Amino acid sequence: MSPWRRSLALVALLAPAYGWLVFAVIAPLTIMLIFSFLNDVPIGERVVFFTFENYRDFFQHAFYWRLTAKSLLTGFYTTLLCLVLGYPMALVMAKVIPSHWRAALFMLVIVPFWSNTIVRLYSWAIVLRKGGVLDLLLQALGLSPGSLEILYTYRAILIGLVHGYLPYMVLTLYIALDRVDDSLLEAAASLGANAWQRFWRILFPLSIPGMISGSILIFIPVIGSFVEPRLLGGRAGTMIGTIIEDQFVQLFKWNFGATLSFLLLLIVLIFMLAFGLLLRRTRLLRGE
Amino acid sequence: MSRVTPALAYLYALLVLVFLYGPLIVMILMGLNRSPFYELPLQFDLVWFRKLATNERILNATRNSIVLAFGVSLLSTFIGTLAAWAMTRYRFQGRNLLQVLLIPPIAIPWLILAVALLLMFYWLKIPRSLFTLLVGHVGVALPYVILVMMTRFQGLDRTLEEAARSLGASPLVVFLRITLPLILPGLVASVMFTFAVSFDNFTLSHFLAPQGVSTLPVEIYTSIRKGFTPEINAISAIVFFFSAALVVLSSREIKFV
Repeated sequence: MSPWRRSLALVALLAPAYGWLVFAVIAPLTIMLIFSFLNDVPIGERVVFFTFENYRDFFQHAFYWRLTAKSLLTGFYTTLLCLVLGYPMALVMAKVIPSHWRAALFMLVIVPFWSNTIVRLYSWAIVLRKGGVLDLLLQALGLSPGSLEILYTYRAILIGLVHGYLPYMVLTLYIALDRVDDSLLEAAASLGANAWQRFWRILFPLSIPGMISGSILIFIPVIGSFVEPRLLGGRAGTMIGTIIEDQFVQLFKWNFGATLSFLLLLIVLIFMLAFGLLLRRTRLLRGE
Repeated sequence: MSRVTPALAYLYALLVLVFLYGPLIVMILMGLNRSPFYELPLQFDLVWFRKLATNERILNATRNSIVLAFGVSLLSTFIGTLAAWAMTRYRFQGRNLLQVLLIPPIAIPWLILAVALLLMFYWLKIPRSLFTLLVGHVGVALPYVILVMMTRFQGLDRTLEEAARSLGASPLVVFLRITLPLILPGLVASVMFTFAVSFDNFTLSHFLAPQGVSTLPVEIYTSIRKGFTPEINAISAIVFFFSAALVVLSSREIKFV
């Protein structure tokens, strides 16, 4: 093929997909950044000028700070809960259960994660609501006479988030633990290390990269979540995600919405960078 | 290890599975219960599933969801495969940049992408329609296709194609008889997986769907906010099994993490 024909073929193959990505992802994000510095959306006769007003609004109101902190904290709690609950599960899958069962269990863990988010949350609403299935169950068992009244509280949001993101942690940890060669553990055992030592001295350090990747895969989407707080949180469910939604759906303050959204994007990028550096550092330390 | 440890391990795994599936099973059972007020004991009845057949809103939303997901899966698989082909078969400058470009649609929260798209369409005066939904959905589905198909192309033994060429097959015949059958599992998995990505997406549809047009997740969301009806249990049960089937069927080709 001549170089000219080669370039032509290359462009023809790449242009549709990357043109689409530019139009559907890169261009909108750029426009959002520009609009966050404008007083109004430049349409028709409107007078539009450059301003820092939207950013000033954000930084001058403690309300927005508190909600940002709440979203970050929610990301932290969700990640921590997933880590604590998911680690033993990954360990069971990688090191205890016979290998012919692993694929099936792996699939069982994946399915709820990739199933419909709204359907998942709806099922929790049925279980948690006042007089719902959980209340009925506890009453039938004689454990609690009244209602736990969990739905429309912060705890309900956390339950919904952990339910959605636990599979991520289990799977990344499972992959990390599965890679640890069993002969390493056998060697340690033959040298007299007990189960406790084998875990803390071998398995745990080798699973740290898995913990970091799992954490980033959970933390990032959780700080931008708005469906879980809306459906399960009720009045307790105001977070930065729901405030962004409000700007576009209820208040039509599009430029301020763009500002909030861009600041959230900035936070996401900072955490992605930080986690990425952390991951690289742990890999370097282990000489990979 | 002692004998107690495996027993505890199995018990823990079971508890995690109960946590993951418990609410979904409850939802499905309630969809099969005759009583609309979640009364127990359960009286098996398909009345809520039958009622779906006459629920215009849900039927419309289902139609929209399926049409949209079909468009998204075929379009993104087609143009994504072309790009994956170029990325694996050609050496060129800027290849790394193109790979980095696949990260934002996967990593950035959908809420941010959705409001950015909404702003752009508003500014360009493109009215919201199934087309604007298609733009967004294909945008988030494309990176998955490109990544899956790049893996497929990289794992393909090129000596098979070269052998066919040297035996006199034309490029078209080589593609149809050698390359296509070899990448077919990846194509099928991409179509199913992107179908699921679109069919289950709520956030993009919530912001980009025009007034009066809804997809199934949007319709279920609206119903939940209005109150609980057993018909929602029924349609949710169907959606759950459908998405689960798509994920299980496409799982051999796709690394989910």
